[in-house]
Amino acid sequence: MTIRTARPDRVQHFRPRMHCLKKLEAMVVEMQDQKSGVKGSEQKLNVTTIPHVLTGKDIIAWIANKMKTTPEEAQTFSTMLVAYGYIYPLQNHKKLVMCNDSSLYRFQTPYFWPTQKWFAEDSDYAIYLAKRNIRKKGMLEPYEQAHYNHLHEWLNHKWDFIVMQATEQYKAGKERKKPDRVVFDCQERAYWIVNKPPRRTHSAIDCGPERLIDPNTDEKITFDQYRRQNMFYQQAIMRSKVKSSVSLGAVDLPTKMRVERWSFSLFELLSDLRGRDDFKIFLKKEFSGENLAFWEAAEELKWGTAASMTAKAETIFKTFLAPGAPRWINIDGRTMGLTVKGLDHPHRYVLEAAQTHVFLLMKKDTFFRYLKSPVYKDIQKKALNPEAHNFSPAQLEQNANSRSPGIHPIILWQQEEEEKAKAAAASAPVDVKAMMSKIDRKK
Amino acid sequence: MCDQTFVAATFGPCDSCGTASPLMNIYIKNEPINYCSFCMEVMACQGLQKGETLATLKKECESLKKKLEEDRGKLNDVELHQVAEKVEVVGALSIKTRRVLKGHTNKVLCMDWCKDKRRLVSSSQDGKVIVWDGFTLNKEHGMSMPTTWVMACAYAPSGCAVACGGLDNKCSVIPLSLDSNENCAAKKKTVAMHTNYISGCTFTNSDMQLLSCSGDGTSALWDVESGQLLQSFHGHTSDILSLDLAPSETGNTFVTGGCDKKANVWDMRSGQNIQSFECHESDINCVKYYPSGDAFASASDDATCRFFDLRADREVAVFQKDSIVFGASTVDFSLSGRLLFAGYNDYTINVWDVLKGTRISMMFGHENRVSRVRLSPDGTALCSASWDNTLRVIDIFCCFQA
Repeated sequence: MTIRTARPDRVQHFRPRMHCLKKLEAMVVEMQDQKSGVKGSEQKLNVTTIPHVLTGKDIIAWIANKMKTTPEEAQTFSTMLVAYGYIYPLQNHKKLVMCNDSSLYRFQTPYFWPTQKWFAEDSDYAIYLAKRNIRKKGMLEPYEQAHYNHLHEWLNHKWDFIVMQATEQYKAGKERKKPDRVVFDCQERAYWIVNKPPRRTHSAIDCGPERLIDPNTDEKITFDQYRRQNMFYQQAIMRSKVKSSVSLGAVDLPTKMRVERWSFSLFELLSDLRGRDDFKIFLKKEFSGENLAFWEAAEELKWGTAASMTAKAETIFKTFLAPGAPRWINIDGRTMGLTVKGLDHPHRYVLEAAQTHVFLLMKKDTFFRYLKSPVYKDIQKKALNPEAHNFSPAQLEQNANSRSPGIHPIILWQQEEEEKAKAAAASAPVDVKAMMSKIDRKK
Repeated sequence: MCDQTFVAATFGPCDSCGTASPLMNIYIKNEPINYCSFCMEVMACQGLQKGETLATLKKECESLKKKLEEDRGKLNDVELHQVAEKVEVVGALSIKTRRVLKGHTNKVLCMDWCKDKRRLVSSSQDGKVIVWDGFTLNKEHGMSMPTTWVMACAYAPSGCAVACGGLDNKCSVIPLSLDSNENCAAKKKTVAMHTNYISGCTFTNSDMQLLSCSGDGTSALWDVESGQLLQSFHGHTSDILSLDLAPSETGNTFVTGGCDKKANVWDMRSGQNIQSFECHESDINCVKYYPSGDAFASASDDATCRFFDLRADREVAVFQKDSIVFGASTVDFSLSGRLLFAGYNDYTINVWDVLKGTRISMMFGHENRVSRVRLSPDGTALCSASWDNTLRVIDIFCCFQA
């Protein structure tokens, strides 16, 4: 048994587990190719000149050409490249989307690419925030400040080390040339926006709760699991299979009209309560309504509460199965034998065999007669074919807004329960003595 | 359901212990025997016999798997798209977003329609479960769960209750009331209890039973009134991410998909794993039955959706494209089953032609990944829930009647 109870290490946050990273990396490498890749240029940004800057338009055009798709699809794909952190925007750095205009983007350095093997470490983030704190002289953004306070508490034991690292990196950064420093700062900021997104940013690294299975390690299978798998495969090999031409050939292409839907299969007819009623009318004429009644009773048994099981099973036996019962159903001896034996230990599925037999009976015989019957043809004629409306979209909107929500399902359910109770009371056996005493009293 | 694959529920004395219980028909050295589930487990966990080692068992497993694939291949005499060649092409779809439901403050993880075709329930990372009126955008009920990441929610068939669960490892059923001032969350009842997060839940044909699947690798059937465990299903070797109940006439099976790349079909009566399909290359995020109940589709992180035929016991179609690189997180069929709507992690929804295997159209609009797409019960609208905190009700055939 493999019931997993251990939660993964939740100290470190989301580890990207993505099947798509390999393909993305291959694409990004191609895009950066000197000859056939996307053409970049130098751009002036706040006094410094930054090399290898691309516009959104060019990137989308290149991708549309390479993948032979529409610009919209190319835009979706390139937005994902930004969301994963392979490309970062220079302006508007918190919105991780690719815009099909002259907004500026740069490729992220491979050091900062997302990978399945390890995740963005909290201590690295702490160092980054500390460095930023020093540079901004304590003026961090609110979400950064919140993270900083949290990490300060959580990593308190390492805090001296973190501050030391931050100061070292800050000093080292100052010694670089200005364009290099600006580029590196942009890259690092982009990396952390992707991995620790602020509130309104949609980053693709954010995957949801960890799945318990580690994508990097192989599963260890024990001997009892092998035994179970072997038993399963043997069963599967022995099981009868159907040829593809038989199973695929039976695909239906129905239309939408409700009455035609009933003609597709007995299941559709029975699922639609209106159709079921119609079928009942037909069966009444044929004097074979007990099959459907039995099927309905068996459904109730299957899906009913555990407490009502024995009582229901008894009533069904008395009404449908006992020899000489008022609504005796005609099933073969073997099924009858199995069912009666099963009723000694009534459980939810004790009527399964009988129910299926009755269902197949109805499906193979009664259903087709119903479809050819005057009852069905009558309802087909009567079925309304609503005329196409000529409302404009604005009128449709107005109509929809002013439409009342209809009867709440809870009220409907209560009404149904009341009707059921009434019907049960009406069909309960009449107590002759009570009736007689009432009549006597009246006299 | 095809008569040939009808498995009679055998119930009787077990060949090994003699007690009367639902039986599993298994084969030992090609001899068929009937064991109850307890005896089967005992047999599986017996210590290694003479001459048996982990390696021999593994080799036997591999050879059986190969034989199964061969058998399946022998019956493969025609491909789905060959059969579909005679079928006419689907006309162009006119797709329009009719409503955008805003109100959640964090990612919307799951949604479900009510049978009245109008109401829907959605659950989100912020712990809130909201019941909406899809037409007027009115929020009818709003409930706060004591946990974040409510990953599963379902509407009861009667429309009187909703079920939801997530990181709290429990699935609770909340009865809805007409009184909008009443605190619905106070009447919450815990039904399912797992040892890890709940990834999916659904009511069976009535309000009385609940099916749940969990990150602990098991799924289970519960009685709602008593909270009793009716049947548990073991077989996945890792987290289960999704489940779907069969719409078939006898309605006894359901399919689950998990992180072990397998999609398993289970029998609700005996707890047995009937069929298993291992074709995906990565985690399966979502599984959904074809409307007739003879097939199902699955969506996976490997950027493909696959279509499996239950009677032929194999995968019959793969919906993939070179330009689709990001994982699919959700699938749903149109009413006839001709169209497959799949929501992806690149914020789009693709519409596939199931028979021909080609993509018909693409829907944009969400700003983060699409976590769930569900067709309304009358088939006219599609609702998509997304991590951008919104839900969209989309009209696919433009038959939006006044």
